[in-house]
Amino acid sequence: MPADWQRMLPQLDQDNRDFWTGGEHGELRIRKCGDCETYIHPPRPVCHKCLSDNVVAAAVSGLGTVDTCVINYQQWMPDMPVPFVVARIALDDAPGIYVTSNVIGCPVESVQLGDRVRVTFLNQEEVWIPLFEKIGSDDGPEGN
Amino acid sequence: MAKAPEAYVTGVGQSEVGVRLKRHPMLLTVDAIKEALSDAGLTIGQIDGVSTYPGKSPGFLGFSPVGADELIDTLGIRARWFAGGAEISSQLGAVVAAVGAIRLGLARHVICFRTVYEAAAMADPVNYPSRFDGGRVSGMQQWELPFNAISAAIWIGQYAERHVRKYGMTREQLAQIALTGSANAMLNPCARAITKKQLTMDDYMTARMICSPFCLWDCDRFTDAATVLIVSAEDALDEVKATPVRIASYAGSAHRHNWDQEEWVAAYHTGPEIWRHTDYRVEDVDMVQLYDGFSFNAITWLEGLGFCDWGEGHHFIDGGSRIARDGQLPLNTNGGQLGAGRLHGFGFAHEAVVQLRGEGGERQVPRDPKVAIAASGGGPMATALLLARD
Repeated sequence: MPADWQRMLPQLDQDNRDFWTGGEHGELRIRKCGDCETYIHPPRPVCHKCLSDNVVAAAVSGLGTVDTCVINYQQWMPDMPVPFVVARIALDDAPGIYVTSNVIGCPVESVQLGDRVRVTFLNQEEVWIPLFEKIGSDDGPEGN
Repeated sequence: MAKAPEAYVTGVGQSEVGVRLKRHPMLLTVDAIKEALSDAGLTIGQIDGVSTYPGKSPGFLGFSPVGADELIDTLGIRARWFAGGAEISSQLGAVVAAVGAIRLGLARHVICFRTVYEAAAMADPVNYPSRFDGGRVSGMQQWELPFNAISAAIWIGQYAERHVRKYGMTREQLAQIALTGSANAMLNPCARAITKKQLTMDDYMTARMICSPFCLWDCDRFTDAATVLIVSAEDALDEVKATPVRIASYAGSAHRHNWDQEEWVAAYHTGPEIWRHTDYRVEDVDMVQLYDGFSFNAITWLEGLGFCDWGEGHHFIDGGSRIARDGQLPLNTNGGQLGAGRLHGFGFAHEAVVQLRGEGGERQVPRDPKVAIAASGGGPMATALLLARD
């Protein structure tokens, strides 16, 4: 697990708990409509396409593509390690939704739109934050 | 059924604009109200409506230290209608709400205000504690903050960087928003606390980076000020002395309300919407006052409103001459938020009214403008007003 600092963590609730704790089981869990298969993110108790409330948390492969990304240089909080990459990831198995995250374990300048990435989890308290690493990168997993 | 009365901006006012002001935020608000009342030729007793964004924000008072209810009580306003809240299409959504009330006959003269106190609050953490108290985050913020995406610079940057990497926007092109704002701010006496020296391309290109593609000059800075617009009913115009400016169209649309699930932000949904309610067309617009909390926001508005194609805004502003004060489409003639301070949306409507009345002084655009757009918001928040002196 990459070295990190104390991040701001989410308040867990009935809607977001699967997303933020699935990492304990090595799973990225995204809500999905049990009737029409539409993926729902951020997690809501109802499907925005067919309005069914038969929604379930589904484990996805954790593979995805960088849709857009920035390099952040500003140290917004004391001790926050910079620079870092914030990216919007399009998930392979959950069409139509994105997850904002960090791409870690590689030089910040090396992240490009279209890069293939795989999920990894950072555990802080009871939260498992889904982060992403480039697939096929020669750089080790350390560093941010 | 009788035709609904049109709504007009009949008075504008602004407090001192500064950084770390000591004056009480309610007094800043009242300063701006007095100026607007005097401008309109109205008295406080004639005001029967109040509208604000986002309402008083407990726990984040610097962002919004004064609410509609408190103002009504403080000044003894006999409000027949009022509203204040954050769950609206953005800052200028408060003006749209007032227009709705006026057109329904619920009020005749509505004070619309936005008071910001973020710089003063940072200097006075005892009375204005930071919103980041070490607690857990919820709502929309939980999908950004755990990834260290703490600032809107990052959220808006995601869209701006896509323009860089997918559509070829250069830093020199993006710079035109900040350079134009700075040049205009130099002619605006109310911008002195924010812009002291005109920004050059060299300053811009050598500035420290905040979040790609934004450098320091692409980000507005915390400002203390209050801005007021009085919106009045058509059948109450005989009570008013100032040249009325008609709110000819207005829109505030969102398809998804979050920072990261859409290809195109709410400005792109709001832009087409504004043209549905008016006979004016994009070619009729003499000037634009477009939200630039981050420089790129203004580009999304140019594209969303239809001044150029989506993904082409950086070509539209390339070189800066088109959007200069004497150009084809003057942009942010008071300096915008980058040049004149983070007045948070209301500054754009204020400036549009000043220019349409020909009262811009040194910064007045040379051609006699009759139609302007004022737009506020970025990401999932967007409101546009079409203002006309007709």
